[in-house]
Amino acid sequence: MNRADLENMAQREQERQQGFRCRLLCCASTPCLSSGGTAVADALQDEIARRELNAEVQVVSTGCMGPCSRGPVVTVQRQGEPDLLYENVTPDAARRIVQQHVQGGEPVQEHLLPLDIPFFTKQHKVVLSNSGLIDPERLEDYVARGGYSALAFALREMTPEEVCAEIIRSGLRGRGGAGYPTGLKWDLVRKAPGARKFVVANGDEGDPGAYMDRTLMESDPHRVLEGMAIAGYAVGAEQGYIYVRGEYPIAAKRLERAIRAAERRGLLGSRILDSNFNFRIDVRIGAGAFVCGEETALMASIMGRRGQPVPRPPYPAQRGLWGMPTLINNVETLGNVAPIITHGADWFAGIGTEKSKGTKIFALAGKVATTGLIEVPMGITLREIVFDIGGGIPDGGTFKAAQTGGPSGGCIPAQFLDTPVDYESLRALGSIMGSGGLIVMDDRSCMVDVAKFFMEFCMDESCGKCVPCRVGTVEMYELLRRITDGSATPADLATLEELCVMVQETSLCGLGQSAPNPVLSTLRYFRDEYEAHIRERRCPAGVCSLDQVPVLEWPDRLHAQALAGNGSISGEVN
Amino acid sequence: MSVVTLTVNDELVSAQEGQSLLSLLEELGIQIPTLCHLEGLSERGGCRLCLVEVEGSNRLLASCVTPVQEGMVVRTHSDRLLKYRRMILELLFAERNHVCAVCVMNGHCELQDQAVNLGMDHVRYPYLNPDLPVDASHERFVLDHNRCILCTRCVRVCDEIEGAHVWDVMGRGVNSRIIADLNQPWGTSQSCTSCGKCVQVCPTGALTTRGVTVAEMEKQHDFLRWILDGRNKKQWHYPAGEQ
Ligand SMILES: Cc1cc2nc3c(=O)[nH]c(=O)nc-3n(C[C@H](O)[C@H](O)[C@H](O)COP(=O)(O)O)c2cc1C
Ligand code: SF4
Ligand code: SF4
Ligand code: SF4
Ligand code: SF4
Ligand code: FES
Ligand code: FES
Repeated sequence: MNRADLENMAQREQERQQGFRCRLLCCASTPCLSSGGTAVADALQDEIARRELNAEVQVVSTGCMGPCSRGPVVTVQRQGEPDLLYENVTPDAARRIVQQHVQGGEPVQEHLLPLDIPFFTKQHKVVLSNSGLIDPERLEDYVARGGYSALAFALREMTPEEVCAEIIRSGLRGRGGAGYPTGLKWDLVRKAPGARKFVVANGDEGDPGAYMDRTLMESDPHRVLEGMAIAGYAVGAEQGYIYVRGEYPIAAKRLERAIRAAERRGLLGSRILDSNFNFRIDVRIGAGAFVCGEETALMASIMGRRGQPVPRPPYPAQRGLWGMPTLINNVETLGNVAPIITHGADWFAGIGTEKSKGTKIFALAGKVATTGLIEVPMGITLREIVFDIGGGIPDGGTFKAAQTGGPSGGCIPAQFLDTPVDYESLRALGSIMGSGGLIVMDDRSCMVDVAKFFMEFCMDESCGKCVPCRVGTVEMYELLRRITDGSATPADLATLEELCVMVQETSLCGLGQSAPNPVLSTLRYFRDEYEAHIRERRCPAGVCSLDQVPVLEWPDRLHAQALAGNGSISGEVN
Repeated sequence: MSVVTLTVNDELVSAQEGQSLLSLLEELGIQIPTLCHLEGLSERGGCRLCLVEVEGSNRLLASCVTPVQEGMVVRTHSDRLLKYRRMILELLFAERNHVCAVCVMNGHCELQDQAVNLGMDHVRYPYLNPDLPVDASHERFVLDHNRCILCTRCVRVCDEIEGAHVWDVMGRGVNSRIIADLNQPWGTSQSCTSCGKCVQVCPTGALTTRGVTVAEMEKQHDFLRWILDGRNKKQWHYPAGEQ
């Protein structure tokens, strides 16, 4: 296939779609499927068949549309009319939609979710621009929306240097957590000497509650593949691996299919689009260890070894897979590549803030009216995300904090609701952008309990290679457990704080280095809650039961002092 | 090979390019505690005792896995480092069941030595007291999980020097365990040649010779040097008395 064939394919598909009077887009991404999406799609199909509308109405299974907590959702596209979106669709409602709306032209009011609410209007979809609008299992759908034209353009019109320069100019930064400038990383790999080079897409996504990368892989797999191929061209690699977490079978299946489809059409494989560029992609399935998202552990895992981190430097850009220069990017990072090539670096740099360009996908969860997947321009405030997009705190609660960055991140309290969401601002508040989990908490959440939850996660996920993380996380969890069950002494709090700093500074990889963050950030803003647990044996949020009695492990001298009732005990224990 | 110049504890020193910081510090006679490092084996960087401060890096770096670099400014014994090394030892003692008084390695143990040298005389963290088995199925040796610090020296020597790769690590985090072959009793391992290398390199009382009693076990790490010098340099030097 060459560029002209690609354009023909796009045009034929567009014409085919326009041949339908009406298209019904059903979300077939994991959250909607688990709330009954399959039955809804079946009901729509049956009803259309029963009414003999097959020739004029098309039912398409798409990726996520965003408001996942309101699923299953269905979009109705009638020719000449604006799209309408239905929420909480049941098979019954589906049949009514066909009868009343598709055939009769009268929308079914009680399931309508208006598209002009802030949930939709405040978003800016760049990476997810196709998600929910195309069938992820059909290459033609992707091509009809301009897919693979960025790759075709790069191969024909740009040198690898120029592609790297364009990505540098766009200001794109890694979406996997650390926010490293993507273009600089590409350029490092491009310049690194090596007989062979590799591109790796990191789709491990181990953060609890986050599902941005899964959604992108499920909803628009070709977008990721195209980004990888452009990256491969830019750095001089002929082989790519996409590392998908084992818990994501749908994503892995769709990626496999997408790779086969693209290879059949000459969009991947040898002599791509009639150029001299060859690029193969293989899927690798992870076994579900959080640490396998860490880049050196991920590479070990791809090579079939135990997924444990090794010290950097050397960085993967110098010595990666099989000792060769390797580019590792997050899946969402790669999802930005095709739009940057298509619309140009300036367009991309025009979105977002001075140092954080573009958009970021968040999995909005917790105590907000609408949870789901959102893509917002960098620099939007937390208040807009929580109160406008998320619809505020339900059940009359008040906002207490937002947790970003998952187990590596921290909590941001209410006084910073107007902080712009960008890499630097979040870091200044003691949290991080992370990969995009965003959990909203109301006044009924106990911050010590939250810190304990994340510490338990890190303790379970520590790979065990280095001592501070392997044992330190367990000890920190143990101390947090004591605080939440009422058996902690003031000395335990001091021990906890000291351990946090030590584990942060001495651990081998990012897991251990960031594991204390949730504790440190909640201590920074909610120290009074820790103190209330320990000194007053009271959980201000009413979450912890505090039914244990403190274990007095003080040195005899202090014990005697305490019994005699003189001196401040907490000040002396250390 | 070219020479690089760096500053260690305020003194200007020179080193070979590519050399590890730890080996330089050893040459300079600066004592750095280590547990997972053993000359002759690949480096692991896991125990974190050999951490040093390097100016310009906000992280502490493990000297065993950090190559020297031109212009590096290194501190090896700041108060912070001494405190962290003690804390790391405390964590190791809290992790498993170290009851030195009844241990076969009492008095010859590297973990114990480090604790003495670094002044770690009590453990402030809750003891985890795991319930761990002892594998006494091998006819010549014993593995006691209660004393294992997961330094993987046994794994590396068996793989890299003996070439048998009997040992590996199973599980993760604090549940990691040293296992023989496919997690079977050591005595049933088909791949173990009973060479005893793993026992000799183990820094603690985790791997010992069968039948030794409390405080009897002593280890000879220097056999590694003989083997490697013999293999690599064809140099055979035996300590006096043997041969
Ligand atoms: C413990 C740990 C887990 C990580 N998990 C992921 C992950 O699931 N997905 C990801 O893209 N990056 C993850 N990272 C970050 C990667 O190591 C790496 O920085 C990233 O994939 C680089 O891509 P980017 O520059 O596009 O962000 C993790 C890092 C650590 C330390
Ligand atoms: S910090 Fe934790 S996860 Fe990372 S290498 Fe050390 S033990 Fe493993
Ligand atoms: S292994 Fe060492 S530290 Fe552990 S009990 Fe034995 S002598 Fe003590
Ligand atoms: S005795 Fe030798 S072969 Fe057997 S496990 Fe130990 S090092 Fe390996
Ligand atoms: S058995 Fe000994 S050598 Fe092996 S990991 Fe445990 S402590 Fe280290
Ligand atoms: S999964 Fe259907 S809207 Fe997100
Ligand atoms: S000796 Fe360097 S980390 Fe163990």
